[in-house]
Amino acid sequence: MSHRQSSRRQFIGHASALGVVALISARPARATPAAMKTAINDVVKGAPVRAGRVKLDIPPLVENGNTVPLTVSVDSPMTAEQHVVSIHIFNEKNPQPNVGNFYLGPRAGRAQVATRMRLADTQTITAIAKLSDGSFWSATTDVIVTLAACTEEAY
Amino acid sequence: MAALINVPATAKRGDVIEIKTLMSHIMETGFRHTVTGAAIPRDIITDFSCRYNGVEVFRAELFPAFSANPFITFFTVATESGVFEFRWSGDNGFYEAVTANIVVT
Repeated sequence: MSHRQSSRRQFIGHASALGVVALISARPARATPAAMKTAINDVVKGAPVRAGRVKLDIPPLVENGNTVPLTVSVDSPMTAEQHVVSIHIFNEKNPQPNVGNFYLGPRAGRAQVATRMRLADTQTITAIAKLSDGSFWSATTDVIVTLAACTEEAY
Repeated sequence: MAALINVPATAKRGDVIEIKTLMSHIMETGFRHTVTGAAIPRDIITDFSCRYNGVEVFRAELFPAFSANPFITFFTVATESGVFEFRWSGDNGFYEAVTANIVVT
């Protein structure tokens, strides 16, 4: 009898342990707006980020999340005294909050970068530019994605 | 691996020129699974840089959110005739370097 009870306890113990594991593994592997905030703070390190001076061009509606064209331009004279040091792109619903970091300098002549990114879901994209005077400027754009990236299975 | 580079062959001194680069690469995110449920390991380009006569004028850090065959365009000021060197490096020891010449008048 006592043997049966202990095995039942063992069973309950195992079951609850399994439940915890199931809960952890059931958490979706995607960045959250909070994760994006953390990633942004890793770049700006607590400095204030003001909206403006940055222009983020993305089509508002994209059919294929695997290749979403984007262009970031920053209003800057790009001189030795005043130029863009870096441009950082963030998303809030991909598995990771970072998209890319671009390092420029006065020799760029024009503070503009274009690339193609993957988007796992309809979400808000944030671009942050660091200027040579140490200030941070940002722009955000909403993108609707009809076919998400990252979800398909490979063979 | 194939790279596509678009650098103007000639430019006037002081011109702002656009440079377009594309490197063929799968950019496997590491977040996908096979039909049997096995995780596919990450395989991406993590770094890209452009040197103009040996001086770095542009650099990028890439994340899995970059599309396959990463395409990057940027600008630089044509200062002197010489060579652009483009470098891509990433997971599993991936490394490619391509050069392009420019004549500045």
